[in-house]
Amino acid sequence: MSSTTYTPVAIPPVGVPVAQPVRTSASVNVGARSAADGASRSGVWVAIFAITMSFAAFTSALFVREGTAADWTHLVLPPILYANTVVLLLGSLTLVMASRAVNAHALLDSHAVKTVMGWLIATLALGALFIAGQYEAWRQLAAQGLFLSTNPNSSFFYVFTGMHILHLLGGIAALVYLIGQLAGSHTTFRRAAFQNTAIYWHFMGVLWLYLLFVLRTKL
Amino acid sequence: MQEASPAQVHVHAPPTGFLRKHVFSLDHKVIGLQYYGLALAAVTLGMVLSWLMRFHLVWPNAAIPGLNFISKVGAPGGIITPEYYLSLLTMHGTLMVFFVLTNAPFAAFGNYFLPIQIGAEDMAFPRFNMMSFWTTLAAFVVLITAFFIPDGPPISGWTAYAPLSAIGSDAGPGLGWGQNLWAISIALFCAGSLLGALNFISTTLDLRAKGMTLMRMPICTWAWFITSCIALLAFAVLLPACLLLILDRTAGTSFFIPSGLVVSDRMQPHAGGSPLLWQHLFWFFGHPEVYIAILPSMGIVSHVLMASMRKPLLSAKVIIYSMLSIGFLSWMVWGHHMFVSGMNPFSSLLFSFPTLTITIPATIMTLIWLGSLYGANIRMTSAALFALGFISMFVSGGVSGFFLAQPSIDIYLHATYFVVGHFHMVMGVASIFGVFAGTYFWFGKMTGRMLNETLGKVHFWITFIGTYCIFMPFHYLGIVGNIRRYSSFVDDFMGPLMPLHKFITIAALITGAGQLLFLFNLFHSRFWGKPAPQNPWEGTSLEWSVPSPPPWNNFGDVHPVVYHDSYQYGVKGSKGDYVMQDSPEQVVGG
Repeated sequence: MSSTTYTPVAIPPVGVPVAQPVRTSASVNVGARSAADGASRSGVWVAIFAITMSFAAFTSALFVREGTAADWTHLVLPPILYANTVVLLLGSLTLVMASRAVNAHALLDSHAVKTVMGWLIATLALGALFIAGQYEAWRQLAAQGLFLSTNPNSSFFYVFTGMHILHLLGGIAALVYLIGQLAGSHTTFRRAAFQNTAIYWHFMGVLWLYLLFVLRTKL
Repeated sequence: MQEASPAQVHVHAPPTGFLRKHVFSLDHKVIGLQYYGLALAAVTLGMVLSWLMRFHLVWPNAAIPGLNFISKVGAPGGIITPEYYLSLLTMHGTLMVFFVLTNAPFAAFGNYFLPIQIGAEDMAFPRFNMMSFWTTLAAFVVLITAFFIPDGPPISGWTAYAPLSAIGSDAGPGLGWGQNLWAISIALFCAGSLLGALNFISTTLDLRAKGMTLMRMPICTWAWFITSCIALLAFAVLLPACLLLILDRTAGTSFFIPSGLVVSDRMQPHAGGSPLLWQHLFWFFGHPEVYIAILPSMGIVSHVLMASMRKPLLSAKVIIYSMLSIGFLSWMVWGHHMFVSGMNPFSSLLFSFPTLTITIPATIMTLIWLGSLYGANIRMTSAALFALGFISMFVSGGVSGFFLAQPSIDIYLHATYFVVGHFHMVMGVASIFGVFAGTYFWFGKMTGRMLNETLGKVHFWITFIGTYCIFMPFHYLGIVGNIRRYSSFVDDFMGPLMPLHKFITIAALITGAGQLLFLFNLFHSRFWGKPAPQNPWEGTSLEWSVPSPPPWNNFGDVHPVVYHDSYQYGVKGSKGDYVMQDSPEQVVGG
C-alpha cells in the first residue's frame, strides 16, 4: 500500500461523548451508530457464550467417556503445543499493541494507519503460525501411530484442537477484514469492528489455555 | 477514506430486484415469512407421515396406493414394513420437533415481529439472519433427501439413540447413509438456530426504541427473547453431540459405541464408548427444546388473549418471571427422559424433583390466564379461540406430566402410548395452537389481507375436538400397557384395543383433512381476503402502529418513542378502550 495517499481516518477515541453517545436502555435506537455498535458488541459476547457452552459439552463428553472407559491410555502431548501456546499469546500481545495505536489517535493519519496495520499483520502471521504449529502437532502424533480413531485420548485430542482451529479461523477472517478495511481507499474503518475482533481473538487465546489444561491433565 | 455514516453501519438499503426482495432477502419480515413457509411445508409432510403410520396400525395389510413408488423396499406393494414404519416415525418426529415446533412459533413469528415490537428497523445482523434461514432450509433439504436414497430414512427415532444410530448399516435399513443425512441435517439446523438466537438476543438488548424498557416489551417479545437464550445454549450442545456422532459413524471413533457390541452377527470394530453419553448430550438439548417449542406460544397466547379480553392479564410481570424460571429450570431436568436408561436410580430422584418444581411456574401462568379470563367480555375471534384452546391443551397435556415426572410411575408408563399422548398434547398440539392463534391474529399484518373468520372458527372446532379425540385415548392405551413404537399390535391382548386405535386413526384422518380448510384460508385470503386495516384488533403494541404490511424499514423514517407498557387495555383513551404504546397521551394509573 502506498502511504502517501492517505487522508486521515476519523476514528473517535473511546470516551469522547460526541462519537460514542451515552446509551441508556431507553434511548438505544436514537443514534443508529451507537445502537448498531452496541448490538455487534453484544453479538460477540453472545457468540462467546455459545462457544463456551459447546466446549463445555465437549469437555463433559470427555469426562463421561473417561469415566466409562477401560481403554483410556495416556498419551504424551507433542511438546510443540507449548511453543504454539506462546505464539498464540504473542498474537494477543500484538493485538493489544494495535489497540493501543487505535486508541491513541482520534484521527488515524497515515503513520498511525501504518502502525495499526503492522500490528494487525503481525497478529495475523502469528495466528497462521499457530495453526501451522498445531498441524505439526497432528503430524507428530500421527507419526506415533496415533490417529483420530486410535483410542479415545487421540480422538479427543484431534476433536479439541480441530474445533479450536475452526473457531480461530473466524478470528483470522475478522483480522483479514480489518486489514482490508485499512488498506482500501474508499472503505471505512469501524472502531467497533476492531474492538469486537480483539475481544474474540483474546477469547480464542483463553479458550486454548483452557483446552491445553484439559488435554494436559486428562489425556 | 470516509467515516462510516450511521445508515451504512446498521440499516441495509431498500431491496431492489426480485431476488433481493423475496428470495435472498435481508428483511426480517421476509425471512419470517420464509420460515413460516418452511414450517408449513414441514408440518404438511409430517402430518401425512402420521396418517401413513395411523393407517398402517389399524389396517396393517391394506396397501397404500403410490407408496411403493416412494420406497420399493420400505413399502413393497404399498404395504409398510416394520422397518419403514420406524423410518416414518423418525422422520415425523424430526420434522415436527425441529422444522415445525422450533421454526413456526419461534423463528417465523419471532423474526417477523420481535424487531417491530421493540421499535427496531431490522434485526441486528441481517446477513446472519438470512444465513440462518438458508442454513435451516439446507438442513430440511438434506433431511428430506433421506427418503430418496436406496437406504431410506433412518429408523432410530428423532432421538437417534446410540449405539444403534452410531454404528452404520449393520443396525438396520436407513442407518447407513440415511442416518448420516439425519446427523448432517441436524448439525446444520443447530448452526442455523445458533445464528438466529444470536440475532434475537443482540437485537433485543441493543435495538430497542426510545422508551422501550425491558419491562415494557410485550410478553411475546419476552418469550422470544427467553427462548433465544435457551436455544443458544441448547443448540450449542446438540451441535457437538452431532459432530461426535458423525465421527463415530464415519471416522471410526468410539464416543458412543461400547466394547464387544455384536450387531447383525458382526462384532463392531469399536470399543469403550458410552451409549448413555449420547442420551445425556441429546436430552440436555432435548428438554430445553420442549420449552423452545412452548414458550413462544405462551407469549403469543398471552398477547392475543389481552387484545381479545380488552384488559391486561392479572400480572404480566409474573408471567414473565414464570417464563424466566421455566427457562432456568429447563436445564436441570433432562434426566427425566432417562429414568429407564439404566442410569443410577439416585440420579432419577434428583431429576424428578426439579421436574415437579417446573409445574409451579407453569401452574402460576395457567392460573393467571384463567383468573384474567374471569369476568372478561371476550371478543371471540378465531385467534382468541385458539388461544383458549392452547390453555386447554396445555392443562390437559400437562397434568399427565405430574405422573411421568415420578420415576416409579414412569418406569411403567415410559414405553407406552401414555408418553405419546402427553408430549403430543402439551408440546405439540399446544404449541401449534399458539401458532394458529398467532396466524389468525397477525396474518393481516403480515400480508395486508385478513383471514376469513368463519372458516377460522370452523377450523378451530374441528381441530380442537379432533385433537382431543386423537390424543386423549393415547393415555388410556398407555395405562393398559399399549407399547409405543411398534408397527402392529398383533398380540392377543392387544386385540380389544383395536377399536380404539381405529377411532384414533379416523379422528386423525378427519382432523388432518380439517387442516385443508386452514390451508385454503391461507392461500385464498392471501389474494382475495378483505384488505387489512392498520390495527384490526385494536391492539396496543408497536406492530399495530405501522401499515399492514409494514414498509421495508418498518417505521418509515420515524424512530418510534414508547410511553407506556404494552397492555393499556380497558382504559379510556382517545381511540377507545385502549392506548397505544407509542401514544403520548396520559393514562390514569398507566
